Amino acid sequence: MAKFGRKNKTEPAISTASLPDIVFMLLFFFMVTTVLRETDIKLEQRLPKATQLQKIEKKSLVSYIYVGKPKNSQTYGADPKVQLNDAIITSVDLIPDFISKERAKLTEAERDQITISLKVDSETKMGILTDVKLQLREADARKVNYATVKDSKR
Amino acid sequence: MAIDKNKTPEVNAGSMADIAFLLLIFFLVTTTIASDKGLPVLLPPKKEKDALDQIKLKDRDVFKVLVNSKNQLLVEDEPLSVKELRRKAKEFISNNGKNPELSTSPDKAVISVKTDRGTKYSIYIYVLDELKAAYNELRAEQMGIGIEEYLNYDKKKASKDLQEKYEAAKKAFPIQISEAEPTNVGG
Repeated sequence: MAKFGRKNKTEPAISTASLPDIVFMLLFFFMVTTVLRETDIKLEQRLPKATQLQKIEKKSLVSYIYVGKPKNSQTYGADPKVQLNDAIITSVDLIPDFISKERAKLTEAERDQITISLKVDSETKMGILTDVKLQLREADARKVNYATVKDSKR
Repeated sequence: MAIDKNKTPEVNAGSMADIAFLLLIFFLVTTTIASDKGLPVLLPPKKEKDALDQIKLKDRDVFKVLVNSKNQLLVEDEPLSVKELRRKAKEFISNNGKNPELSTSPDKAVISVKTDRGTKYSIYIYVLDELKAAYNELRAEQMGIGIEEYLNYDKKKASKDLQEKYEAAKKAFPIQISEAEPTNVGG
């Protein structure tokens, strides 16, 4: 039993010399993956969950339309609104204009392949979404993607 | 205490970890991992004023899904729980003419989804997801792979054999989900 007896009371210190390296590694990972937000989203965005997700093939072809309740309900009211780029719009009639501007950013060959990603809050009613879809059809931007998050439970 | 002049003084690296942590936390907080996944759909072309009526479909080839403003489902004129939708849809698509009330063949089968203006978006996505799942499961079955494997299919990485199978499955079970103009009860 003498082997287990306490011989020296000072515990060996764990070397923390490699800690900065580990932290830096994590830091670089996050620096590389970070995308600084271009637009400031003024609407609530709790995306619905789904299982059958597919990746968007070409990111450069995607434009976003946000739908949801405004975060700041005192200025914009409590009803769901549509946001394009940085501004909340009052009427969905402005969508075709927005689409043609987004189209103009693409090269000629890619113009008809424009994809619209709809980021819609899960509490929104279908009514406003239908209006948006109708405008998208009007603007002939028919490729639509409903942004959802992965549901791991189902 | 004579200082050895031949040695360069060491920089104290003890606070390096702290600095790195500070930066790390900053990036952790500001990062939003981009969610570029979703359910793709193709909208119908815009309405022409004097367009002819669409080709009439046989009643048995149309699988009607209605969602009302209280988020309840009516499938083929019968109330149904959302959990059963996937099974029912699969039955309908893969019928191949056996049951006279279900579709004649998968490429003729059309699923019609009609919502109300008052339907919650998350329910709509749930329904759409279940219907897509029905198609995807049938495709995966035909390809002889698991559903997870099917969803993670990447054209660039797949082998030639798998690519052919994928295209064949896509052809055998074309996704035909049509969306009717919504009713306006709970708008």
